[in-house]
Amino acid sequence: MFTEEKKNSQIFQDSNNVYKPVDETETSNFIKEIYKKNLPTEIVGTNTKNFIGNKLQCAKVLDLSRLSGIVEYLPDELYIKVKACTPISLIEESLKKNKQQLAFEPIDFGYLKDSKSNKGTAAGQLSCNFSGSRRFKVGSLRDHVLGFRGVNGKGDIIKSGGTVVKNVTGYDLSKLVTGSFGTLSVLTEITFKVLPKKDSISTLIIYSEDNKIITDLFDQLLNSSNEISGSVYIPNEPKNENYIKNRDKIFKFNDLKYEEPFVAVRIEGSKKSIDERIKGIFKELQLKKMKTSVLDFYQSKLFWEKINNLELFSETKNNLLRAVIPTSKSLDLMKYLKSNFKYYIDWCGSLFWIEVLEKENIQIKEIKEMIINLGGYLTIIKKSESLSSDIDLFTINDTRLLLSQKIKESFDPKKILNPGKMYRGL
Amino acid sequence: MSNIVLPKIDQSIIERKKYIFNKLKKLTAPENVLSHEAEIKPYETDALTAYKQIPLGVILPENTEEVSRILKFCYQENIKVVPRGAGTGLSGGALPLQDAILISLTKFNKILEIDFKNKCVVAQPGVTNLSITHAVQHKGFYYAPDPSSQLACSIGGNVAENSGGVHSLKYGTTTNNIFGVEIVLMDGTICRLGEKVLDQEGYDMLGLICGSEGLLGVITEVTVKILKKPQTVKAALIGFPTHEDGGNCVSEIIAKGIVPAGMEIMDKALIEATDNFSKAGYPRDVELLLIVELDGTVSEVDELINKVSEISKKNNSSNIKISKNEKERLSFWIGRKAAFPACGAMAPDYYCMDGSIPRGKLAEALKEINKLSKKYNLSVANCFHAGDGNLHPLIMFDGSKKDELRKTEEFGSEILKMCVKFGGVLTGEHGVGIEKRELMCEMFNDNDIQQQLSIKKSLDNKNLLNPGKVYPILRKCAEEGRVHVHRGEEKFPDIPRF
Repeated sequence: MFTEEKKNSQIFQDSNNVYKPVDETETSNFIKEIYKKNLPTEIVGTNTKNFIGNKLQCAKVLDLSRLSGIVEYLPDELYIKVKACTPISLIEESLKKNKQQLAFEPIDFGYLKDSKSNKGTAAGQLSCNFSGSRRFKVGSLRDHVLGFRGVNGKGDIIKSGGTVVKNVTGYDLSKLVTGSFGTLSVLTEITFKVLPKKDSISTLIIYSEDNKIITDLFDQLLNSSNEISGSVYIPNEPKNENYIKNRDKIFKFNDLKYEEPFVAVRIEGSKKSIDERIKGIFKELQLKKMKTSVLDFYQSKLFWEKINNLELFSETKNNLLRAVIPTSKSLDLMKYLKSNFKYYIDWCGSLFWIEVLEKENIQIKEIKEMIINLGGYLTIIKKSESLSSDIDLFTINDTRLLLSQKIKESFDPKKILNPGKMYRGL
Repeated sequence: MSNIVLPKIDQSIIERKKYIFNKLKKLTAPENVLSHEAEIKPYETDALTAYKQIPLGVILPENTEEVSRILKFCYQENIKVVPRGAGTGLSGGALPLQDAILISLTKFNKILEIDFKNKCVVAQPGVTNLSITHAVQHKGFYYAPDPSSQLACSIGGNVAENSGGVHSLKYGTTTNNIFGVEIVLMDGTICRLGEKVLDQEGYDMLGLICGSEGLLGVITEVTVKILKKPQTVKAALIGFPTHEDGGNCVSEIIAKGIVPAGMEIMDKALIEATDNFSKAGYPRDVELLLIVELDGTVSEVDELINKVSEISKKNNSSNIKISKNEKERLSFWIGRKAAFPACGAMAPDYYCMDGSIPRGKLAEALKEINKLSKKYNLSVANCFHAGDGNLHPLIMFDGSKKDELRKTEEFGSEILKMCVKFGGVLTGEHGVGIEKRELMCEMFNDNDIQQQLSIKKSLDNKNLLNPGKVYPILRKCAEEGRVHVHRGEEKFPDIPRF
């Protein structure tokens, strides 16, 4: 080890083998050292999402929380470049001043972890690639990453992408590291595409508990030229007393007039355009005979925050599953879930958040098999204490696992970065 | 052929040609294997016509299993393979190699499924970009990425190049508009990446394949997303007395929260060239012409186009015309879409460049290009996808004059280096191919390139699939050729290039 490296590791290594580098060079030096010594290392930020994925027991912990701060924000160029562990709240605050936003709507996992808001850091969000309700309209988080800098498993500082939208120079490594749960590269800097925030929001509420009507509504909304930017279905809660009953408390709004299941449709834009589009949707979806109401700007803002912070499941000790299926299959899954589970549907029919009671391992296996048969995938986001260890938290097929192993090898040949966080042996 | 360095020729492959072709004829119908010079001559180049090379042979498989068998055989026999779609690529990505089999995917030309319920189309890779829109437009849908060659370019090629188009700022490029692909790796393994579902768990292999320029696998099926057509589309044609005014207007449109579907700029040289060529009726007394296209709901488009008009006036625009109907909107585009042939009519030869820069650097970039134009004593006309920062300078020259091609190439290299210096990139949509290969070190250092090569090695350990493309062979940056069009003899001259 070089003298400089020795000095660094002495300065930043605490008694728990936690390294806290202050910059990219130190990060690189640490990785070079653990690469030489072949030491598996857990990469952490501010720990807001560390409950997701397999629990790691590593020789070292690399804590990136000191890599924080906005490097460059150019509103006219529609990008923001930040250090890896810059809090999302700081990014959103800066963007708000210029009426801009991260359009993919970072999910707020804070409520799931300890019942309060915390969207974590840029690198944490990127590593998970979970996107909010606007996903079906504007793309996922991965579609909003323009470039990154990081350190691979050998300690080499690498970069990919840039700050411009149109860029086909070399392989798009930004896509690979997004959603890789820190198993390919230690991120040090990220450039996000940002987009203008619309002037106003309204939410059209359509009340129904008929599965067929609901899935037909989703289908018509996806076909609509009235440019909706979110659509969820909130069913009633199951009668089973092992589920916490908080739906009516959380979604208590003046203009949510009926205590029954509903589809909520978000429309964003100028006030005039919103009014025109709500009329358009009424006509397109033939809503005259249905019970409806409209949430105004303030109610809408809060409503969609609650959708994207999973508050509905905030105090649960049960398992929380995230299932994504082809839109056309949503009716099949709804029929299976009936009113036996606490769940809601986002992404206009394609994303299901499903709570499954602890000890119901067989049910989880059954749901997973069904999701795969429907052409989708399933992630176990929150694990109950009695979740069986033979249940994989993520979904993958054999061919993709084989390819993933090859890709892992190319970034992290000794498998020292977050080993096994997503899949065994990766 | 120009003096580009290609991978070392494996003479043993050429010596075994007869054996190889006998074997290949057992892996697909014999008539799908072409080896006579007359048969394979049409495949000697793609749309980067400055570079030509007759391949060892051409094979036209008809299904995925055949592709798999062919690749497996080539892998076992250490035979290089170059995949090719419609051959419309502008960076030489499908340039054959003397000791390589060229796999043409033109027989994969069917749309397999139209799934309105899941808003997607499953197509074979040889299906053209535009025919996907044609297949779904009766129900008001379309496929968003619209590279200028969309009439002829194939969807498989679009995935390989991550093709964009005029509307990338709002609708993204190919990578943002596909659900999945089926690919065959060099060792014959067939992989399906992505289904009719949003995102995938695990590593985003689909994102990696998209834009990998045929180096990682041969694409045999693509599932694309389709979108509902917007309620209305309007365009504004705006003239400016200076580059700075036009550049400032573009920045302010974005800063005011407007995301146009398309935003195109032409400089004076191109305004004159295109207006002479297509009689578009463009104003001649301006230095810069901007086309801003907005789509969406009726009231939103009306509101935004008025805002664009106000912003333009504030930035000293000298002419503003807003389309009153579809006919007028299309008339605004006539000249712009004729940019390439218009330049072809102005000079015996032209080179088309492709780099991206931050929008705010527009005026500075044009100033720099004009300086270089004087330095090299070569005319240049500029078109620019201002919305997404993609610049296409068209350098005019006469290839019959001694040394003029070399001068043009140097000019082009300097433009691309300028793009990188301004915080942009070497290529926005044409790809690296062989064209910009040696300039990769302008953007990437050794570590970056080594990481990319490690990925290549992990999926193609013998480096047999499209070798010599994208990554530098020369040890130092060299100036190489660009899109060379001689006396209007562009490949696919009937395709509007913009």
